[in-house]
Amino acid sequence: MLNEGRFEKRVGVGIVVGLLTLALLASAHSQAGQTFLNVSYDPTRELYKSINPAFAADWKAKTGETIEILASHGGSGAQARAVIEGLDADVVTLALAADIDAIANKSGKIPVDWQKRRPNNSSPYTSTIVFLVRKGNPKAVKDWDDLAKPGVAVITPNPKTSGGARWNYLAAWGYGLKKFGGDEAKTKDFVRAIYRNAPVLDTGARGSTITFAQRGIGDVLLAWENEAFLAIKEFGADKFEIVTPPQSILAEPPVAVVDANADAKGNRQLAEAYLDFLYSPPAQAIIARNFYRPVHPEYAAKEDVKKFAKIDFITVDKTFGGWAVAQKKHFADGGVFDDIQKQELTR
Amino acid sequence: MSDIAIARVGRRRAKYRPVTEDSPLARYALIATAVLFLALFLLAPLAIVFLDAFSKGIEPFLAAFHDPDALAAIRLTLLVAALAVPANLAFGLAASWSIAKFSFPGKSVLITLIDLPFSVSPVVAGLVYVLVFGGQGLFGPWLAEHGVRIIFAVPGIVLATIFVTFPFVARELIPLMQEQGKVEEEAALTLGASGFRTFLTVTLPNIKWGLLYGVLLCNARAMGEFGAVSVVSGHIRGLTDTIPLQVEILYNEYNNVAAFALAVLLAGLALITLGLKTLLEWRHADELSGRARRH
Repeated sequence: MLNEGRFEKRVGVGIVVGLLTLALLASAHSQAGQTFLNVSYDPTRELYKSINPAFAADWKAKTGETIEILASHGGSGAQARAVIEGLDADVVTLALAADIDAIANKSGKIPVDWQKRRPNNSSPYTSTIVFLVRKGNPKAVKDWDDLAKPGVAVITPNPKTSGGARWNYLAAWGYGLKKFGGDEAKTKDFVRAIYRNAPVLDTGARGSTITFAQRGIGDVLLAWENEAFLAIKEFGADKFEIVTPPQSILAEPPVAVVDANADAKGNRQLAEAYLDFLYSPPAQAIIARNFYRPVHPEYAAKEDVKKFAKIDFITVDKTFGGWAVAQKKHFADGGVFDDIQKQELTR
Repeated sequence: MSDIAIARVGRRRAKYRPVTEDSPLARYALIATAVLFLALFLLAPLAIVFLDAFSKGIEPFLAAFHDPDALAAIRLTLLVAALAVPANLAFGLAASWSIAKFSFPGKSVLITLIDLPFSVSPVVAGLVYVLVFGGQGLFGPWLAEHGVRIIFAVPGIVLATIFVTFPFVARELIPLMQEQGKVEEEAALTLGASGFRTFLTVTLPNIKWGLLYGVLLCNARAMGEFGAVSVVSGHIRGLTDTIPLQVEILYNEYNNVAAFALAVLLAGLALITLGLKTLLEWRHADELSGRARRH
């Protein structure tokens, strides 16, 4: 048995050493210092990985300051929720204007007229929904009609949880409206036929891409144009090809300064400069290189812009009367999508 | 002829098998099911994790650990475990001590509460903290006013981890201490030892292996927790992503080698824990069960 005094001393020394180690670990972790946080959605990871160093270099050249830009990515709705709950974003770069509206309305950290503060509805880049098919397009998918045909497996995420999935849904709906001359009942049947062809509904856009590309499920993936190009870049042009439908929907992912956070952190100027930078020639070139459609194609490399096929665009504002209306009618509880799903289950 | 057959059957039946033993067929079927199940659902995925991590050779595997975000995730995971485990060690000791050595009203309620994290989904655990400390939550506005960050920062991650690892130490110690009773402590106290000394020299040596066992399990879970941490993390790269979150991010970025390299690190931590646990069970089985006393 140990001498009792020594035992107690040893325990004491152990506790002190443990606490010191902890203090060391904690301080090593908090060395990050003053930082700048961009809260974004899932598919922009690669884009902002290229933009951030370019902006940091630009800022250093202009002001001499070295900055550290942090990024957080996730589902657009979940990210908006996190900012409302206090995630310290200086700027948000999300998938839908509705998500930034939610931050403005629920937390008051952004003025409600935020979308007028920057050109092009505060969207420095746009994108659209295209089809990714397996090499050679074995099911001969050319247009939205082909998605509703029996025997074609369509991969798309769940519109209840995914921003990208809502764009897919609205693009299909918009096509149906045009095809059936505005007949909503026929359009609904058409969209239902597409969802009947969906074997799984992932929770997010990237999840769907992985389901289609890595697990090999489905014949056609409804995807963001940038996701489709990225999948080809990651998995090889010998595996997939992009089919651009003649008509699709114009997606305008918006950006905004989170005024309350940026002011509190003393980052106001930096935040404004960061978003302005997105419209500048070097950033527009990076945007095109990362497969987003730049709002100033003249700044981007010709071969990057050439990849974007010409599409007849519908917009949420013109076809659906804005996101708030579309959200309520189609995706809210008891909305059209729920109805489609329910009939699907009782079929 | 039929007589012989009956006699043979009778003899065979009477042969060796006592009634308390299962038929060999049932025994083998059960063992095979268990082994097959383990191989299929545990060993095969584990093997795939290792195979994928090294699928492009050792260089890309090692490169995964040079990424500053990965290093930050490892540091954060160690920090969170280093805070959560001692917290639950202190709590576990206090809870099991009071349950085993005192009787007080509401004791059974306390025991039930300790088990709560086992039955509550980790996602709910995370959301509870968001509801309490989030911007729209109970204390959110007050915290924001005073510049205290809990959710989407390290404190929130530590809190969520403490929540899900709550029961491990206490659950291990309660039965052990209950079985040991309080006779020895009473003897020490009557001999004039102080309360703290009694704890250090009488109680602690009696429970040390059980305590270590609980701490090991607690640590394994603290490092591996995903759900609760994911809800309160905010997913800021290089700042609030722990190893499990970083694995998901890398996987979603099509960076399989790096994702599985970090997964191997987690699996390695789990295997070390498992090894230590087996060693403890083998060397100190008696003291773990509380059946035997030292001295």
